[in-house]
Amino acid sequence: MPFKRYVEIGRVALVNYGKDYGKLVVIVDVIDQNRALVDAPDMVRGQMNFKRLTLTDIKIDIKRVPNKKTLVAALEAADVKNKWESSSWGRKLIVQKKRASLKDFDRFKIMLAKIKKAGVVRQELSKLKKETTC
Amino acid sequence: MSYKYHQFQVVGRGLPTETDEQPKIYRMKLWATNEVRAKSKFWYYLRKLKKVKKSNGQMLAINEIFEKNPTTIKNYGIWLRYQSRTGYHNMYKEYRDTTLNGGIEQMYTEMASRHRVRHHCIQVIKTATIPAKLCKRESTKQFHNSKIKFPLVFKKVRPPTRKLKTTYKASRPNLFV
Repeated sequence: MPFKRYVEIGRVALVNYGKDYGKLVVIVDVIDQNRALVDAPDMVRGQMNFKRLTLTDIKIDIKRVPNKKTLVAALEAADVKNKWESSSWGRKLIVQKKRASLKDFDRFKIMLAKIKKAGVVRQELSKLKKETTC
Repeated sequence: MSYKYHQFQVVGRGLPTETDEQPKIYRMKLWATNEVRAKSKFWYYLRKLKKVKKSNGQMLAINEIFEKNPTTIKNYGIWLRYQSRTGYHNMYKEYRDTTLNGGIEQMYTEMASRHRVRHHCIQVIKTATIPAKLCKRESTKQFHNSKIKFPLVFKKVRPPTRKLKTTYKASRPNLFV
């Protein structure tokens, strides 16, 4: 199985540990075998260990260590935010976040919606059952 | 990023006497974990260079030196003198890091692991930021590539916080990216 996601300048990664957990960052340069210089529009450029990063499929086109303006422009041009939020991985994370932030009233509304959906499904199923048996 | 070793600028001189009204002032840049240790190290080195001790000298200033550009990667060359089990040796080591304090910390941990040399047996002679052309070690030169690209071969998934860590797990981990 060859590797598909490489550590390279412009690779977008997700932080999976630490203070910036859940953020999308761009690898802007490689310090050494274990660390990269990462940057994101809302943080100061800093170093991060690869153990804290999970590489994504998204890669943007930047030169080594761009300044903040160029980086933000490149992120806009590649439309990273929308690509991420429409990818299955990104959507899953959004759903997880939503579920974690539900209040009791939201959970009640979800319960009603689930019951309704199950009712509709069961009606259709019983209709199909009637057609096949009779 | 909290560093163990901080860089200090320590300035001191011998106390003025009748024969010497204006003794020469000496300044040193050194690494220590805190200011107290830095002052002590200053007198240690100064004793070896001039005929002055802490008891007949005075500390004039001690300031911490911070990294000017902690967001750029630099190649640091560190010249050091260390004591091994058989004698004193000089060494030159190179490190890639964003700050000099980080490079020095890497040096201390590497000397401890590779040569079993403890912190108090190491004297830093000189440090310099080396431009990429003049780096000597292959292990730093291999990262001087603007189109660097490598896969992360071994990926162990960790719980995102220490709290979610468990001693036992039901299944073996999947180490492929």
